[in-house]
Amino acid sequence: MELLADLWGELVAVLQTLLVAAPFIIGYILLILLMMVIWGAIRKLLTPKRDYGSLKTVTFGDESAVTSNTAASVVSIVLIFVLWGAFTGSKLLPGFLHAPGPFVGEGSFTYTITTPDGQTDDATVSVVVHPLTEETAAPEVAPGDGIAKNDSIAIPSYRSELLRVDMNDEMGRDEDTFITAVDGQPIAPGDAVDVAFGRVAMSDKGTLNIVPATGMQMEPIWLPAPEAVWSRLGEIATVGYRNSTLAEHLGYSLFRVIVGFLLGALVGIPLGYAMGLSNWFRGWFDPIVEFMRPVPPLALIPLVIIWAGIGEVGKIILLFLAALWIMAIAARSGVSGVRISKVHAAYSLGASKWQIMRHVIIPNSLPEIFTGARVAMGVCWGTVVAAELVAAEKGAGMMIMVASKFQSTDIVLMGIILIGIIGFSIDMLMRQAEKWLVPWKGKG
Amino acid sequence: MGSVMSGLQIEKLSMRFDLPNGSSVQALKDVSIDLKAGELLSVLGPSGCGKTTLLNIVAGFLAPTDGRIVLNGHTVKGPAAERGMVFQQGALFEWMSVRENVGFGPSMKGMPKAEKKKIVDHLLDVVGLQDFKEKAVYELSGGMQQRVALARCLANEPDVILMDEPLGALDALTREKMQGLVLKLWKETGKTIILITHSVEEALLLGERLIVMAPRPGRIHTEYRLPFAEMGVGQDLREVKKHPTFGQTREEILGMIWDMEEEIMGRTEDA
Repeated sequence: MELLADLWGELVAVLQTLLVAAPFIIGYILLILLMMVIWGAIRKLLTPKRDYGSLKTVTFGDESAVTSNTAASVVSIVLIFVLWGAFTGSKLLPGFLHAPGPFVGEGSFTYTITTPDGQTDDATVSVVVHPLTEETAAPEVAPGDGIAKNDSIAIPSYRSELLRVDMNDEMGRDEDTFITAVDGQPIAPGDAVDVAFGRVAMSDKGTLNIVPATGMQMEPIWLPAPEAVWSRLGEIATVGYRNSTLAEHLGYSLFRVIVGFLLGALVGIPLGYAMGLSNWFRGWFDPIVEFMRPVPPLALIPLVIIWAGIGEVGKIILLFLAALWIMAIAARSGVSGVRISKVHAAYSLGASKWQIMRHVIIPNSLPEIFTGARVAMGVCWGTVVAAELVAAEKGAGMMIMVASKFQSTDIVLMGIILIGIIGFSIDMLMRQAEKWLVPWKGKG
Repeated sequence: MGSVMSGLQIEKLSMRFDLPNGSSVQALKDVSIDLKAGELLSVLGPSGCGKTTLLNIVAGFLAPTDGRIVLNGHTVKGPAAERGMVFQQGALFEWMSVRENVGFGPSMKGMPKAEKKKIVDHLLDVVGLQDFKEKAVYELSGGMQQRVALARCLANEPDVILMDEPLGALDALTREKMQGLVLKLWKETGKTIILITHSVEEALLLGERLIVMAPRPGRIHTEYRLPFAEMGVGQDLREVKKHPTFGQTREEILGMIWDMEEEIMGRTEDA
């Protein structure tokens, strides 16, 4: 019961987070709709002619009338980069597209102290907010007259600083003299006052916490600008990261995937054929295959590391296992899917068992095997990255894992983008190969 | 050619399927047909009368529980090139071109390429697909695909051609054209043909002999000898259909099958 209560608490927390994100999601959806309306208007202006599609009156629910709109894809991708640039202050974007950045520069505020006998005095605090990377010293300021003396402080952007402004005053909190106002607005412990460059809050003990405005842009440690990621790509491609160049990292990952997949196919396809052609083999391997198939390959990583270590052998065993069951099942269903009339036709045309295997069953199963191969390659790529995240000396996953430990978010992002591009390219290549090698797919 | 040794004899064929629940179905009972070489027999009957089972046994895909098939003096034990088969649809190899499909039988025998090419080219001429020989079969229309199936079967020089509703999936117009082609091929090649069909008209047009089968158990109900196939060779099939006995026989057979269907319905309602 305690577990249920805990889980309920977690669920509430998740929903609350979603609720915070909701305005952004709704805004994004509105943006999509807005773009759709704009594009629709542009298209109407450009091509007033009526094509076949536009003459269809029933399009809602007509699956064939729904095709991917290229313009929408282009706008969607461009928008991702624009948003990315806008919220990171990218130099690739014109300034007016930037989201408000953090306050940088000089600012000041005054504070008022009140002594036990009701006397008040003002002093000014000069604040210099500098970019994170540029160390700047606090400016020299004259102490000024009165009980309260002027102060100064330098704060890196995105940070806040506690400042005991009364330290240099003639009477401080030890003399029961307290800060009662900031910029003329009354303040008490726990309160905060908005000032020109941000906010000044007061801690429970009466210390001022100076919080320059952070704007809406992301700090590079959370999200670096696109050009930062791009320049990192150039650097790692030439100089390398962790003693290996980018090509080496990616090459190792691809090598593992290809070798693991090929071995898996080499064993899995004959296994699938045996299961599709013989009761005994079907009975023998069905429990094994059906059990192993739903086990995510990632769950095998610890065992593989225990048995084979973190070297190439372990990785390839893991990918072999990831591909094996998928390929076996694909080959099995490819064999089972052969129309009996094709087999009968081949027999009555005088084909032997071997000839039926060679000329009917194998070609008939190829489309299924290709579908399986596409799935297996996708799973292998995902598995290799995950395995490298856990332990590896080279590889795309290792690169981003190590980078995250050093908070090199630009490398992490670059790695994720490259992993995505490679995964996508693999799928595209497999589709192309399918078109060339099994043009009869789905035509039976 | 000794008359005893040639032709196809179906001798007292019975087929019983045992069902998992302990009961059994008598698909065929004591079916005997004596077919001379070069005869064209069409087989008609309501669904469930065992006509496809009969064809599968003749083809050698099924072993009968009783009786036997004798072709040219020897008993049939399994599928073989001497008995070619044409299926309704989907039995072509879509990974092969039209030419490769037609040449499949000769290839399996290991026939030299030049010889095979001669046979394939000739047959593609006969079925009128010379211009399509390099096409993939899935690029052809249904009627063309069945022409390929016919040519593929003929390329193997079988003694008997078994046709399991070869024209069943075609539209009416294509079907008529194909009926003419089947008659032409039959006359030109002199093959023994067994044709299974649902269409009474097709059975009458093509069958030199016609057998109407009755269900439960599957058996021969009535046998006809018909003049229409001979008439149809080289003549417009529509003219043949106008023949008075054609319409008369058609009505007779339709009535017969109608009664059988009624009887089946009645029986299932009683049960």
